[in-house]
Amino acid sequence: MGLLSKRDAALLTDPLADNNPITIQVLGICSALAITAELKASIVMAVSVLFVLGLGNVVISLMRNIIPSKIRIIVQLIVVATLVIIVDLVLKAFAYELSKTLSVFVGLIITNCIIMGRFEAFALGNGPWRAFLDGIGNAVGYGVILIAVGFFRELLGSGTLLGFKVLGDPIEKTGLYAIGYENNGFMLLSPMALIVVGILIWIQRSRNTSLIEEN
Amino acid sequence: MSKRTDSNGYTMMFAVIMVFVVGSLLAFLASSLKPAIKENERIEKQQNILYAMGVNENDASNANFVSTKVAGAEFKKYIKKQLVLEGNKISESQDAYLIDVKKQQANAKDGKVRKLPLFVGEKEGKTFYVAPIRGKGLWDAIWGYVSMDENMVVQGAYFDHKGETPGLGANIKQRYFMDDFIGEHLMTEAGVFKGITVKKGNNDAVNEDKTDYEVDAIAGATITGDGVSAMIKKDLSLYVPYFKNLKK
Repeated sequence: MGLLSKRDAALLTDPLADNNPITIQVLGICSALAITAELKASIVMAVSVLFVLGLGNVVISLMRNIIPSKIRIIVQLIVVATLVIIVDLVLKAFAYELSKTLSVFVGLIITNCIIMGRFEAFALGNGPWRAFLDGIGNAVGYGVILIAVGFFRELLGSGTLLGFKVLGDPIEKTGLYAIGYENNGFMLLSPMALIVVGILIWIQRSRNTSLIEEN
Repeated sequence: MSKRTDSNGYTMMFAVIMVFVVGSLLAFLASSLKPAIKENERIEKQQNILYAMGVNENDASNANFVSTKVAGAEFKKYIKKQLVLEGNKISESQDAYLIDVKKQQANAKDGKVRKLPLFVGEKEGKTFYVAPIRGKGLWDAIWGYVSMDENMVVQGAYFDHKGETPGLGANIKQRYFMDDFIGEHLMTEAGVFKGITVKKGNNDAVNEDKTDYEVDAIAGATITGDGVSAMIKKDLSLYVPYFKNLKK
């Protein structure tokens, strides 16, 4: 018997693979397009969503019996916006450098469909502990895809990883560039994020054919 | 199952109480953290100005400010004069670096006189003139500081942004972009102000030609790049009379 019951463990592991928020539920695509041109930005976004979704799911779950159903979406929006703004303000006051890197993500986190989706689909109907696990699971599932997309886009688009020139210097013509390799500038543009996600979906479904819908 | 939470009265009450609680929580937090945030912003301005004139802790490829602890002292050491230009009037002020460029731009739009801050710094016997600029990127505000010599040749530049796309427009604050501006001329020999245009495909990726009034653009960041060109042209052209007087 592990730390978690089987049912609880499934909450964590399902979103990583067979119920991945991006590749299966196709949620959170907007931010996957917007910020994956760089690996670092992908990682920052993944960690931010992990934090907000874990905490937000718990808060919504605790409030689930008092939230009026007619305005529940507005309540969810306010909870996530409040959480994000509090974090933003505290960082601005005590970790200014970090807050400058994160400020771009504030708007993207608030409008992330995965967050609203998990609040609506899970936290409103489950206890706080399970909601927390669900939040963490989905955020990690989201983050894994984001980081994978960021990895390929930065590597093929800029020839760097986390800013390090892993393939050599394109201007000085060292490393791979010495034998005629060129960066693919197209990888930096948003459409390529969609294509990379599409390829990931393809790989995932070809390995697990039960995921393919019947027409 | 009839739920009491479905009634209109409950819904209204809930909404009112929630707005009140969340509103006061955020207001309280914002006002209690304001002094700390303002202080951070003040130090950052000093760091930005020092960065533009080459007082920074850059390593091989990353842009690093002087640390927040020494920023105040370094600012005093290197910045010899803080000028405020108002029309033809030039005055000195210890707080010129706190002038809100955004507010001044709005003033100019309303037909009032715009206060133009200019920081005169000295490093290793060389004089730097640092001017703030501000404009629009793709999503939100972009701004920066440009340091020039007395002929309006750029000696250093610092750019920053509020919400440009990470990996694309946000790269205007990367070393490889900002360093491209160093040595670029803003004015022709004859004294015509040209500005510097951020240009795609200018066949000068390593930026060897310093008198083409162009620097190489960032792929995927066309609108942010155009914003940078525009703010340089618009805001720095206002300083041209000062530099022309300087030479007389």
